[in-house]
Amino acid sequence: MAAVDIRGARIATLAESVRSGKVKARDLTEAYLERVAAVDPKLNTYLLIDAAGARLQADSIDKAVAAGGNVGPLAGVPIALKDIFITKGLETTCASKILRGFVPPFESTVSQRLADAGTVMLGKLNMDEFAMGSSNENSSRGPVRNPWSLAHVPGGSSGGSAAAIAASLCAGTLGTDTGGSIRQPAALCGIVGMKPTYGRVSRYGVIAFASSLDHPGPFGRTVDDVAALLEIIAGQDPRDATSVPAPVGQYRAAVKAGVSGLRIGVPAEYFGAGMDPEIDAAVKAAIDELGRAGATVVPVSLPHTKYAIATYYLICTAEAASNLARYDGVKYGYRTPDARSLEELYTRTRGEGFGLEPKRRIMLGTYVLRSGYYDAYYGQALKARRKVADDFSAAFTKCDAIVTPTSPIPAFKFGEKTADPLQMYLADVMTVAANLAGVPAMSQCCGFTKAGLPIGLQVIGPPLGEEVVFRVGGAYEARTSWHERLPEDPTGGLS
Amino acid sequence: MSRISPEEVREIAVLARLALTDEEVTRMTHDLGAILGYVDALKELDTSTTEPMTHAVPFDCPLRPDAVGLSLSVDEALANAPRREASFFQVPRIVTKGGAGPSEEG
Repeated sequence: MAAVDIRGARIATLAESVRSGKVKARDLTEAYLERVAAVDPKLNTYLLIDAAGARLQADSIDKAVAAGGNVGPLAGVPIALKDIFITKGLETTCASKILRGFVPPFESTVSQRLADAGTVMLGKLNMDEFAMGSSNENSSRGPVRNPWSLAHVPGGSSGGSAAAIAASLCAGTLGTDTGGSIRQPAALCGIVGMKPTYGRVSRYGVIAFASSLDHPGPFGRTVDDVAALLEIIAGQDPRDATSVPAPVGQYRAAVKAGVSGLRIGVPAEYFGAGMDPEIDAAVKAAIDELGRAGATVVPVSLPHTKYAIATYYLICTAEAASNLARYDGVKYGYRTPDARSLEELYTRTRGEGFGLEPKRRIMLGTYVLRSGYYDAYYGQALKARRKVADDFSAAFTKCDAIVTPTSPIPAFKFGEKTADPLQMYLADVMTVAANLAGVPAMSQCCGFTKAGLPIGLQVIGPPLGEEVVFRVGGAYEARTSWHERLPEDPTGGLS
Repeated sequence: MSRISPEEVREIAVLARLALTDEEVTRMTHDLGAILGYVDALKELDTSTTEPMTHAVPFDCPLRPDAVGLSLSVDEALANAPRREASFFQVPRIVTKGGAGPSEEG
């Protein structure tokens, strides 16, 4: 078999080598499967490995290449999906006991698009249960470990998706971002993750947490990798009424377009108290670098930032309480044994099937939607959401993109924040506003702490401004080499 | 001091169809109290002239032709049922015979 070094491999390089016949998709697939078998027991990123399905896909691509047929733009690229994406015939659980054994009869739009583009799907990735969490400690299948330090969390909720890229356990992944669940783990694992504009990517077949805030999006090692994945998954879908009809942009071209003439907005509200000084310094250095690349740096203000977390947790829990009402033990998944009445079947199935964090959010959401409390909590939160969104509209009259840290702190240790849910919620302080406003935002690596943990730079664009986000991210990446650093493979010790 | 009592937590759990253990009720009382205290900060925000925002992207609900399309077969739809009988999801008896109490499942 052709020797392929898959550590740190780029999507475009892999696709080109398969399309040209230089490398067989099957060999690439075997190389990743071997690596997953060797490395993943230490990291716990995969919940399910579909080796047979992956080999079948890879062989059919190799046949098409040999026959000179038309193979997709991402032919042979090994990918994996957060276990929130519905996959036909493959168990899909959202890392929850309540969905254990659920084998869906249909396929999500985005995973189908990736398959049509020629990717090879290796398996399903670990996550916080129902995408609720910022550390991956809420998975019913055990936490994911950060490839840069096994004692630290990978972030969440798409922790498996981010860690799998960092450890080269696949070349591209998809995650979802409801309050930061793509960008925060991307930051903590030192890779690139993008939450596109709301409606830019179909939510069909993506298990719902908070429907007005849920954004599917890609992870990759580089900005170009993420752009290549977004070009495939973006676009209107007749099966998602909220997907937007605007044409899909030229994202990979934007990565190379440079930032000359762009105005980069820096909001003072994102550089306040509580920020780790090493992160503050790294992000400010990144802003200087963008200035040297030809951008103009301008101050902007997002004055309602301090209300974003409260607004977010009221809205997302209200929507979650409604969305998670469907898990009742009747149609699929876990059912409590021996219930004597339908009422008991519902309450015991849900009490036994959901973990602590989904329960907490269902309870909070039920409370804030309750008759008599609705206006004071949920109604007020919807109005505050407008104010947070209006901040972005005003800022984007003065700048083309906004740059901030992704997370105020680097990866934290296991157990550090589990006792106090409010402390965990505050981990999303720099990411939730973009979900409330629905604007595109990306995280990429802009340095490492002295302890060797990655630091994330967040680039936020106006609605449907993915191209400007890629211009900024691409220009920064072209002038720096953080993205070339790879974590050492985990050995011994923790397992 | 807490903004929510254990009794309220139990009431909410009934509305949410969640069976909680006594330990979970204690934990929820504490956690929800802390979170509700934090979100109180929103009350200081003047929203008297602000329209609520229910969606990030304004959109009109799109319509499609009212035509029969592909759908799952009964067997596919029931394949994940924890219990099924013929072409139905099976649950504990809801309607009782002759006023007798709820009977066993099945």
